[in-house]
Amino acid sequence: MELLLKFLSKNGLLLAFAGTAFIILFSQFFAKNILKNKIPATALAVIIGLILAYIGGYITGGKNGIADIPAFAGFNLMGGSMLRDFTIVATAMGVNYSIMRQAGWVGFCALFVGITTTFIAGAIMAYLWGYTDVVSMTTIGAGACTYIVGPVTGAALGASSDVISLSIAAGVIKAIGVAIGTPFLAKYIGLDNPRTAMIFGGMIGTNTGVMAGLAATDPKLIPYGALTATFYTGLGCLLCPSVFYLILQHL
Amino acid sequence: MTIYGVGLLAACCIVGQLLGEALGQLLGIEANVGGVGFAMILLMLSTNWLDVRKQLPAETSQGISFWSQMYIPVIIAMAATQNVSAAIKGGLLALLAGLIPTALAFAMIPLLAYFFTHQQPKQQEGGKAI
Repeated sequence: MELLLKFLSKNGLLLAFAGTAFIILFSQFFAKNILKNKIPATALAVIIGLILAYIGGYITGGKNGIADIPAFAGFNLMGGSMLRDFTIVATAMGVNYSIMRQAGWVGFCALFVGITTTFIAGAIMAYLWGYTDVVSMTTIGAGACTYIVGPVTGAALGASSDVISLSIAAGVIKAIGVAIGTPFLAKYIGLDNPRTAMIFGGMIGTNTGVMAGLAATDPKLIPYGALTATFYTGLGCLLCPSVFYLILQHL
Repeated sequence: MTIYGVGLLAACCIVGQLLGEALGQLLGIEANVGGVGFAMILLMLSTNWLDVRKQLPAETSQGISFWSQMYIPVIIAMAATQNVSAAIKGGLLALLAGLIPTALAFAMIPLLAYFFTHQQPKQQEGGKAI
């Protein structure tokens, strides 16, 4: 047993490849034969991934989901930011450059509208919940943008650690909600063309959610959404602790 | 050769991410600003440049398209490494602060799309054809 565990953790990436292939195989089968294609197979696979992440976190108490179990540590490499960004950049090969250029400024506007709306709504939620000091409101509003903007903003403003972890939790919930919800909401928001995908990336912005959501909706739209979403976290980290904080302070 | 495609992709990623890091530093924030976006644009420009000069044989592009097909499996592996238990422990405020602003942003997507397509009716047709 010990020998097997040692072997598995030494070949972690291979186990992650095989394990992911098995998850996809299972979701294809389940989605087609049992759910009669009512739920996209990719959406189901993402949900299975999230459930595994919860189990991993529940068993180990760690932060990295299933990857905190030593035998499954390879998932950290396979699902980590290096390979994620590597594969997402590769999808740019099939992109229609002229559409991207035309819709570029639309996506750019969507970024500002998206961050501002999300931040304001998040800060209001915090206020209604009793976090009436400006630092906490800003941090939780920033957490509503992404789980990176939250702690970056909180650290910059000196928010308390429970507010910072609250902002991370809000951001992770957003990412999960977008990943699961997008394929079901896509037809209601007209998410079926590259232009709307670019607006979607800018408005929603959380990389994890946008990428998983688009993958389950229509893989052809992935590069368009990713191109705008990649600016969201950076722009959020720029605006939240500075401009937004100062504006909130004067209200 | 396949490795040329993989190498080109890797080079675009590295240069793009470095640009994103540099832009973040320049703006004085601890985050990468648009690194993936710069890398995607670099890859588009460089493959297009090579293609026009007939220097992009099928094997080279296979080195790139293989990785683009690995994208969904990578996303599923990423889902499996999310901090889901912390999100659940965050309680009701985390749930509301995570979902309500997002629902609002979702609702605004068709509005923005409508607004922009009516600003530029001609370009919208081009967009729909794809």
